[in-house]
Amino acid sequence: MRFRVDRDAFTDAVAWTARALPARPAMPVLAGMRLELPGGGAALRLSSFDYEVSARAEVAVDTEETGAVLVSGRLLAEIARNLPAEPVNVESDGAHVVVTCGSARFTLLTLPLEDYPTLPDMPQTTGSLAAGTFTTAVRQVSPAASRDDTLPMLTGVNITFSGDTLTLAATDRYRIAVRELWWRPEYPDLSASALVPARTLHDTARSLAPGSNVDIALSTASGGDGAILSQGEGMIGFENGGRRTTTRLIDSDFVKYETRFPADFAARAEVATAPLIEAVKRVALVADRSTPLRLSFVESEVVLEAGSGDDAQAAEALGVNFQGEPMRIAFTPEYFLDGLGAVQSELAHLNFTTPTKPAVINDAPAEEGARPEFRYLVMPLRAS
Amino acid sequence: MIGPRGIEPLAAGTDEDAGCHILHIDMDAFFASVEQLEHPEARGRPVIVGGTGPRGVVASADYIARTYGVHSAMPMVRALRLCPDAIVFPPDGASYRRASEAIMDVFRSFTPAVEQVSLDEAFLDVSGARRLWGGPVRIAEAIRERVRREQRLTCSVGIAPTKFVAKLASTRCKPDGLLLVPTTRVTDFLHPLPVGALWGVGDKTEQALVRLGLRTVGDVARAEPDMLRHEFGQALGGRLVALSQGQDDRPVVSHTPDKSIGSEETFSSDVDDPEVIRRELLRLSEKVARRLRASGHVGRTVVVKLRRADFTTITRSRTLGEATDVAREVNAAARELYAAAGLERERLRLVGVRVEGLTAAAETPRQLAFGEQENGWREAEQAMDRVAQRFGPDAILPAALAKSDENDV
Repeated sequence: MRFRVDRDAFTDAVAWTARALPARPAMPVLAGMRLELPGGGAALRLSSFDYEVSARAEVAVDTEETGAVLVSGRLLAEIARNLPAEPVNVESDGAHVVVTCGSARFTLLTLPLEDYPTLPDMPQTTGSLAAGTFTTAVRQVSPAASRDDTLPMLTGVNITFSGDTLTLAATDRYRIAVRELWWRPEYPDLSASALVPARTLHDTARSLAPGSNVDIALSTASGGDGAILSQGEGMIGFENGGRRTTTRLIDSDFVKYETRFPADFAARAEVATAPLIEAVKRVALVADRSTPLRLSFVESEVVLEAGSGDDAQAAEALGVNFQGEPMRIAFTPEYFLDGLGAVQSELAHLNFTTPTKPAVINDAPAEEGARPEFRYLVMPLRAS
Repeated sequence: MIGPRGIEPLAAGTDEDAGCHILHIDMDAFFASVEQLEHPEARGRPVIVGGTGPRGVVASADYIARTYGVHSAMPMVRALRLCPDAIVFPPDGASYRRASEAIMDVFRSFTPAVEQVSLDEAFLDVSGARRLWGGPVRIAEAIRERVRREQRLTCSVGIAPTKFVAKLASTRCKPDGLLLVPTTRVTDFLHPLPVGALWGVGDKTEQALVRLGLRTVGDVARAEPDMLRHEFGQALGGRLVALSQGQDDRPVVSHTPDKSIGSEETFSSDVDDPEVIRRELLRLSEKVARRLRASGHVGRTVVVKLRRADFTTITRSRTLGEATDVAREVNAAARELYAAAGLERERLRLVGVRVEGLTAAAETPRQLAFGEQENGWREAEQAMDRVAQRFGPDAILPAALAKSDENDV
């Protein structure tokens, strides 16, 4: 294998592919990145795989000789990142790969390509949407996913596909984040759901090229005729600008979260989102992870407070539009901010039941009475 | 015990300990003994714990090293000249603290009135424990036995009517001894001792007393109280008078708030059945959680201690998202830690469960989770506490801990 490639394009593709490299590979070959040059004018194909997540990128190169090779992915990524701004030449020679760029020259050992597993095929495309919209939606819900592996079901973001509506939801039992959005399904009455590991989804969404489309492919989705298009075990794929990521789904049913949202509220506040976020961040400076952020709402004002007794204390007041009985309620600062920070509209709506029952933060719907796109249920912190 | 002819063996079933409700327990060569436990190769050899640098000082020396003249606070260089064969360990505070906590837990299982003086020393007031355990001597023997069996450490116990006499008694019977100073023998015991033995008498006061011709505690007791008050002031003079007559009314105060609550179990024979271990972890979790609730605490870190048959010990800890006093949550973490420790096939001699990072339950805010039942496990366990209070600790247990009965079907 021998090719010449643009330095930045190569570096970018290698770095993107290296994301899926396992931190502690179960088998030594899984630490490898596969470089394949089919020839015939085709691009260089880079791939990584750890049996859960696979990543495949392509980059245009000047092919001089076709072939395939497996090298240490981390090392290659490290080298690529530090190359000088010159065209890169890559050449394989039996047990070695030589990377030259300007006057720098690296010789890498190859790993046994024959031991490397085959990457799963991309399932058939289920639909697509703007990458920017998808990234935003994933950013909105993924903080609510649990990072505790003891309950795998809670470490995922649940994506429900229902016709032209996608619903993303995540919960760690302390909060539930739900985002609804439009997309273009391949089948008009598509109905399916997938529980995607939140970390992988967040990673994938973050590195999508903005201003393009992302295709989503689900291995088990029922089409318009009711037939289930099952393609092996549960897997979801994302394709964007020639780059594909697939990940295994979490094999579990997601919690029935919709009924957790209260039907009626005792009080409701309408408040400017950005100033409230800033005030909360300031007040929370004196609070650690588990100390309460206290909010008291009266007619036209909310007072935020944190810290008490011998500890440092902070307080700040902010104008709000408040309806209902005066409300005093406390939250874990991080949980409150995760919800508020995900509100996209200028005004945020805060809905309360009682100080020990769920509160709901949502964005202001585009039109009065419509369902908000983003809803965030957060359980209070019971200050003793 | 101190008898009419000095130190005499203690008769079985003695009632000489009536009124002697203060125990002073002092671990023997504590740091050095802990090192010997953790380093089997050091057993039977002189061991010194201390700084190994050029200005290092001996922190602890075992009794073999002491026969060479090594003692604590001695420069290490000099200690090694006296005892070149000694194995030297740098102090390992964390492991001494762990051992200390385990020992203090043993003490507290006899009486809540434990005043910890240092890592290896404590006063116990056992006046309230008599009905449960018997007299002070029986309690002291039981404590010594449990410390020896469960921790493989020896301690010396002084039993006396007052703290300061109890402390003198434990010093007198070291190592691995027990000395009772009956109420009627306190003055006999004290009076021959040099004045320096009195609590609060340092070098300076001692010199002043000697200048007055008072060399022994007995001399001080026979001196004119007014003269002592005049010479040493009301406070110290008055105390000298009282102490020399064996009077010391300082109570045992179990002041330090618990930083952790734990419990451990040494099996009567080593266990390699993971099912038995898990059941024991559950039992200990129940016990620890009950004590947490009784003391009004919640804790965030669960620590599991596993000691192999060869006495090597590992501890594993996990910090929970929320502080807890619920046995079910403590047990879940303990089981995971045990599973993750990879000791499931090993023969274990001891397992322990401890909850650390304690805060007062009433002041600890609790993050609510949705779907929590109003009356959850915490409330169920509080109900168990009330049953246990009325009918004894074994009246209500998790099913896994119930003793199977031949009548069971």
